[in-house]
Amino acid sequence: MAALSRAEADARSPVVFDLHETTVRALNAELHAPTATSYEVLHPQGAHSLGAGIHDEIDVAVRGHAGYFCAGMNKLGRVVVDGSAGNGVAENMMSGSVRVRGDASQSAGATGRGGLLVIEGSASMRCGISMKGIDIVVGGSVGPMSAFMAQAGRLVVCGDAGDGLGDSIYEARLYVRGSVGTLGADCVEKPLRDEHVAELGELLDAAGLDHRPEEFRRFGSARGLYHFTGDHGSY
Amino acid sequence: MKDPAERGLRESATFDRATIAAIQHAARTGVYDIRGWGAKRAVPHFDDLLVLGASMSRYPLEGYRERCDTDVVLGDRHATRPLHLDIPVTIAGMSFGALSAQAKEALGRGASEVGTSTTTGDGGMTDEERGESKTLVYQLLPSRYGMNPDHLRAADAIEVVLGQGAKPGGGGMLLGQKISDRVAEMRTLPPGIDQRSACRHPDWTGPDDLAIKIGELREITDWEKPIYVKVGATRTYYDVKLAVAAGADVVVVDGMQGGTAATQEVFIEHVGIPILAAIPQAALALQELGVHRKVQLIVSGGIRTGADVAKAMALGADAVAIGTAALIALGDNDPQYAAEYEALGSGAGYYDDFQDGRDPAGITTQDPELSARLDPVEGGRRVANYLRVLTMEAQTLARACGKGHVRHLEPEDLVALTIEAAAMARVPLAGTSWIPGHGL
Ligand SMILES: Cc1cc2nc3c(=O)[nH]c(=O)nc-3n(C[C@H](O)[C@H](O)[C@H](O)COP(=O)(O)O)c2cc1C
Repeated sequence: MAALSRAEADARSPVVFDLHETTVRALNAELHAPTATSYEVLHPQGAHSLGAGIHDEIDVAVRGHAGYFCAGMNKLGRVVVDGSAGNGVAENMMSGSVRVRGDASQSAGATGRGGLLVIEGSASMRCGISMKGIDIVVGGSVGPMSAFMAQAGRLVVCGDAGDGLGDSIYEARLYVRGSVGTLGADCVEKPLRDEHVAELGELLDAAGLDHRPEEFRRFGSARGLYHFTGDHGSY
Repeated sequence: MKDPAERGLRESATFDRATIAAIQHAARTGVYDIRGWGAKRAVPHFDDLLVLGASMSRYPLEGYRERCDTDVVLGDRHATRPLHLDIPVTIAGMSFGALSAQAKEALGRGASEVGTSTTTGDGGMTDEERGESKTLVYQLLPSRYGMNPDHLRAADAIEVVLGQGAKPGGGGMLLGQKISDRVAEMRTLPPGIDQRSACRHPDWTGPDDLAIKIGELREITDWEKPIYVKVGATRTYYDVKLAVAAGADVVVVDGMQGGTAATQEVFIEHVGIPILAAIPQAALALQELGVHRKVQLIVSGGIRTGADVAKAMALGADAVAIGTAALIALGDNDPQYAAEYEALGSGAGYYDDFQDGRDPAGITTQDPELSARLDPVEGGRRVANYLRVLTMEAQTLARACGKGHVRHLEPEDLVALTIEAAAMARVPLAGTSWIPGHGL
């Protein structure tokens, strides 16, 4: 049998960090200067900041629930949470990918600038708040005030969206398959054109979901708040 | 025509000329005034305090000769790489976007020349300022414009901004005329639109969450960098206690006089408390928690002279930060541009339209021609000179009080000229032992 390459060997036997035996600090120190390409985190038990600040192309599997800011500011890393994630998962992500197999709490993907965040379950309030280029695909629903002040990137919601969707939105594009509570200030429904069907298809593919893009509605900015005037109370 | 006052006409104290002009402007345009600078009204300030020099009961140090140190260590509570500054005067956060790249570079050069820090702002870190700033504090603001983990790692300290003295509870504004292509790209926004920065952080709410957020920042930067928390002065006693509880290494308190690049006038003049009232509250909070001097206190809002620096430190600050004064040192409101200020409807000494982007001095603008007027090397030299003068003045006063380090100045070295200042600064009214609110 041919010898395995290092990457192949790593993929088969990730380096294990058992948080019953070691600390988040030790885990993150290793992930910031990785000596392997694949890691597994056991007994996370809701610890905060798991895998925050990764900046290499490594794979990290969290076997259980993560606390706040899991994979915060991720760059290049591929992180999978085999459980649910707390507040601010993948906040300010630059690139790479984060997948949450369960649900996510508030502010998932907040201010993210790149990469792909997939939440297989549902996400709470403020999903994609202030997003700046990240792509977020949510298998279930999102809570109120999602995509608040969303600047760029795409948010795909396969279930329903709560009230105040896309309030004060800039140039992000929002796709929702189910119902939308209310739309936030300056957020409007827009026609789903061919290019949107195409990009939605790619995003659903990347997330591993097989909904038909045509089932979604698109929302974006009416661009009515781009210049402060005295005509509305939002100056 | 004769001066109206000479003709016996009386101006209303309630409806003074600026008030009349503001009403006329509102009636004409239907929009309120947005401007830069800080509060312009008179509020109790450091001028209302006096320093008690040594005489019989205290022993002064010889000016120029005897040692009076000025260095300060910031952030040694948790960070493995605290900052060591040579002087206790730092440059406050002012964004690229609000300021030209030349101005940011000049501030970095000036600060570095005298061994102090400068700070980014609401718009991210530019290569110019990182390159020219020996010690650079990187702000994490609600907008997160330009927030980049590589910049967190490249910074020397991180400042979590909850608010500013000019607008506690308010977000930022940058009007379209200042959103150049470069600014737009850094902020991920379309060029030319009026842009608002959020007033709440997007991924945490309240002090318990802030503790976790600070934990994340520490993890991302491997516990190396000091973490500051900046608040606008309002409920300072409680805010400082909560910031310490959330894990701040350094607390920054910005008084209501603090400068801004663009804020509603009504906000600037009517929200927050003077820095004079905030410092004693902050110092008391730190003392009660047993962390005064361990969690350092930086204060700002209307610092102009070495006397202000000395008095702020005597009240309990470890260092101060300057914004407006640094811009003036760079050339803001310089009489050489008098005619241009007038053409803009203002005047040298009055100019506060930092939001407008047409600053003749090339400081608060993104216009390539105007900003080219500011030579970053010369500007840096002027800022360094000014910082040196502030430091020497503070040393002069500290020596007069017999202190071998400016940090050794204490409230006992101060008295107040007015009852208001005595009550706020919690030092006795001059010639008495009376601190209003603190018994006889
Ligand atoms: C032009 C300008 C831009 C500013 N931008 C920011 C900013 O981006 N972030 C921030 O925390 N404070 C900002 N400030 C406030 C300063 O950091 C500082 O708190 C204030 O200027 C201190 O008061 P002083 O101007 O009286 O010295 C700005 C101030 C000015 C004058």
